[in-house]
This record gives sequence, structure tokens and C-alpha cells, in this order.
Amino acid sequence: MHIAAILRIVPDQNEELEIDDSGADIDREWIGLKLNEFDDQALEEAVLLKEAAGARVTAVALAGDGAERQLQTAIARGADDALLVDHDIDGIPGARAAAHLLAGPLRDLGADLVLTGVQTPEDVFGQLAPFLAGLLGWPTLNAVHGVSAGAGGLEVVQEYSGGRAARFAVTGPAVLGVQTASRPPRYVSGSKLRQASSATIARAAGALPDGFAAPRIAALAEPARSNRAEMLDGDAEAVAERLAGLLAERGLLGGRE
Amino acid sequence: MKVLVYADVEAGQPAAVARELVTGARALAGPGGRVDLALFGADPSAAADMGVDRILTLPALAAAPYDPAAHAAALSAAIAAAGPDLVLMGYTTAGLDLGPVVAIRHDLGLVSYCQTARAGDGAVETESQIYGGKLIARAATPLPALLLMNVGAFAEAAPAPGQPEVVTLEAAAPQGLRFIDATAPDPDAVDITRADRLLCVGRGIGEADVIEEAQEVAGLMGAELVGSRPVVDAGWLPKERQVGKSGRRVKPALYLALGVSGAPEHIEGMGEAGLIVAVNTDANAPIFDHAHYGATVDLTDFLPAFRAALEGR
Repeated sequence: MHIAAILRIVPDQNEELEIDDSGADIDREWIGLKLNEFDDQALEEAVLLKEAAGARVTAVALAGDGAERQLQTAIARGADDALLVDHDIDGIPGARAAAHLLAGPLRDLGADLVLTGVQTPEDVFGQLAPFLAGLLGWPTLNAVHGVSAGAGGLEVVQEYSGGRAARFAVTGPAVLGVQTASRPPRYVSGSKLRQASSATIARAAGALPDGFAAPRIAALAEPARSNRAEMLDGDAEAVAERLAGLLAERGLLGGRE
Repeated sequence: MKVLVYADVEAGQPAAVARELVTGARALAGPGGRVDLALFGADPSAAADMGVDRILTLPALAAAPYDPAAHAAALSAAIAAAGPDLVLMGYTTAGLDLGPVVAIRHDLGLVSYCQTARAGDGAVETESQIYGGKLIARAATPLPALLLMNVGAFAEAAPAPGQPEVVTLEAAAPQGLRFIDATAPDPDAVDITRADRLLCVGRGIGEADVIEEAQEVAGLMGAELVGSRPVVDAGWLPKERQVGKSGRRVKPALYLALGVSGAPEHIEGMGEAGLIVAVNTDANAPIFDHAHYGATVDLTDFLPAFRAALEGR
């Protein structure tokens, strides 16, 4: 089994996000970047599969800010190889463009299982895993939280709303949009990271089909603040006292009747 | 406009989100428009009261469990048969599985996380929640297009008894996936949907050590301790205590959210709680748009102070 784990660098949405002068993108000048949290889970699941059942894991990223460092980190975490896919898009490719750019290099790589995160904070025009599946002609499962190797292939757990889930046997090549790995992503020591910083990163070229037109956001806006909460002022003690009082008034504290 | 709605199915019936999408589809289709329903995991009779013009069905799938590959093939056949200007799906697991796949196959524009949708001039105008609900992205997407609509974006359509035409589709059964079995929530595990008070911890609690303190405070409140997805993904709380799209949907009398940002996926699971109180140091956190009361104090200060306030009563 050859697993490709696709990694994407995204803005840290926990930071303050500002709309840039164009009005259609965030100001990326100073925003912190990080590995997409679901890609982190996908990489972990790929390495867990390798450890449990034997597989070759190639970490794959599109060229861009921080991509090479993430690939090196992936090797420190247990990936065998790294592949950086070059492209000539100015800016950050959306998921649909990314799928076109990656499909050819993934075919050339010979990967028979692709794992990536189920979504990113900014994939407003669709998600990478199912776009890739559509282009490769492979089945896809998304909102995946657990992949294990069984007798006849892989067993994949897919989540639905309300705490429901289903198990599927995957008997051929597939693209999985991972939500949660079977175990939380592992810690990587500084020495392993230093060791991986000299790892060789292979390169490939991605291409868009002729006439590909990337969808664009017309405008970004802050959400309407019409139903804003009534804010409790003061320090933690004052807030705690006020809240305890509010809840007691409503009969929402103490033992249940 | 011709609108095709894909129906998520739960327990052999069209899910609530499907009835919501029909509401949106009727408005988008306009007078003289047509609304078709792609219904694959249930018998067409289950959708007779949904107020659609036609039900597109594939008999081999009507009693079969959900299979993304089979449903993608069936939805593709439905698009070919109906020739819709617009396809509406829920932002659900099936929406994620099928939407982008059929968008590639049929060269449809696609927009996700849509909270609103309006027919424009040869296009559909949408507003989507991105960056965990912190920003709204507006887009005008040329038709034909496919939208993944947030659950709750439209009101659920009232039953409208009728006799929609049933159209039978054909699609080859794809290979590569096989359904094994389905699981429901463990009946022996805590059922957080029955609790009338919940204390929810989110990513903002910072570290696992805080869980113990939060558990003690929950005990003093007479509440169950629950978590948002990042807390459960980190292994700090068990899955049965997760609230949100991929966890449980709850409606307690009191929901105290500590360090929860309020991503749309979380709001989907708790937005109907009676009284929502949020504590988060980020004054711009979307949770404050849904809470009745809020505070921006640090949780490491708030938890011991709240504990002391509760013990003093």
C-alpha cells in the first residue's frame, strides 16, 4: 500500500482576521500559518496505518509558504518520502485547482490511497478529497474517523450527525477526507525535526486544465452582530459572582428536582 | 429555475435538512420553476408530502444503507435526467462525499457552507460562513451550480400532501466500497442529549489539566461536562460527550461554553439551548453572536472564581 498524505498550510483562524484592501481576502501579511488541523489528523492516520499494516507514506504538498517545512516535519513524524508539487498559480490555489494540480503527480507517484483533511477553514468552493476522487475516478469517504487494515483491505469508519457512524470495506484505491485519526497526532522531538531538516524533498509539476477558471470570493464581511450577547464586565471574580447570581435567579443551579 | 434537491436520509425517512432544502428550492425555483428531489435511501412514498414536483429514485438503493459511491452514481444520473440549474445539498457527510464529485463530473460550480442563497442574473448569489464563522464570504456563481447549504439555513417546509411524479433512474453499481455495518450512540454511555444543564469546554481551555477542574465545576452546577470537537479529537473527553455536527445535538436549559469559539459546526449542535453563556478571551469569537450572556475573562481565573461563587451559595 502506498499512501499519499496531502498537507495544506492555512491561516490560523484563532488569530484576529482582518479583511484586506481588496475586500475579498484576509490580510495575509502578518497572519500566522499552520498545518490544517484535519491534515494533521490525516497524516497521523497514514503513519498509524503504516505502523500497523505496513505501507509507504509519502507526504505531499503544493509549493507555497511553509510547505517544505511541513513536509520535513511529516518525515520526522514517520512519513517515508516527501513530494512538493510546483505550480504557477499566483496566490493560494483553491481546493478545486489544488485537486487538478495534484491529480497528475499522485497518479505518477503510484499512490493507491490518498488521505487528507476533510476540510480547511477557507475551502469555500469545495473540498479537496472529493474533488480529487472525482478527477481520479476513485471512491471517496469523508468525515472519516478511523482507518484500519482488515483481511480484505481497509476498514474505514465514517461519521454522520447525531453520533451515528458506519463502517465500510475499501477494496481498491480511494480518497479519504479524514476528520479524526485513531489516536491524537504524536509529539515530535526537536532532534527528530533537526534530523528531518536535511531530508530530500522530491519535486513534481502540477498543471491546470486549459480554460480552468478559479471561482472567486466577491466580498468578505464580518457577520451581522444583531444578536450579540449581553457582556458581563469586571474581573473574573465579578463575572463569576454575577453569573452565579443570574443562574440562581433562573433556578439553573444546585441539585436537580 | 430548475432545482434538484438531494435528500439525506435518516432511519428510512428524508432527514430534516432535506425538508429545509425544499423550502429554499421552492424560493429559488420561483413561479413556474420545478423542484425535483433525488431520494435514494428511502421509498418515494416517504417524500410524498414534501411539496416537490418530482421524486427521482433508484429502486436498488431504496432499502439499502448509504453508500457514497452508489449515491454519487445515482446523483449523477439524476443530474443527467433533470438537467437542473441548481443542485442543493446539505453540508452533511453525504454533501461532502457527493457534492464535489458530481460537480467535477458535470462541470458545476460549487459553493460550500452557504447560509443564504438567492437567484441572480444567470448566477446564484451566496453567503458562506468561513474561518470558523468569523467571516462571511459572498460569491456569485454562474449556473449551473451546486450549493452545500448549512443545516438550518432554511426553515423546514410544512408538509404539503400531493402526488409528485416518480421518475426511476438507472445507474451502474460502482465497485470499491462495501458497507459493513452501522453504529448508533452507545446506549450504556452517558446521554448528553437528556441533560438539562451542560458545561462545554472548547479549544480555549488550552490544556488537558483544566478538564478535571471543569468536571468539578460541572458537578457543583448539577451539569454534565461536554466538549467541542478539538477537545474530543485531542483525547481529553470521550466521543459520547462531543457536541456539534459530528457529535450530538443538544437542547439543554443551560449551556455554559468555556473556551468555545462557536464555529458553525458547533452551533449546529447547541444553538437551540435555552440559556447560552459563553466565556472566551477572544471578544470577536462567533459564540458571542449566539450567547445570551458573555464574558471575556481568562478561564484560568474564571474557573476557580466560579467554583468559589458556587460553593458560596
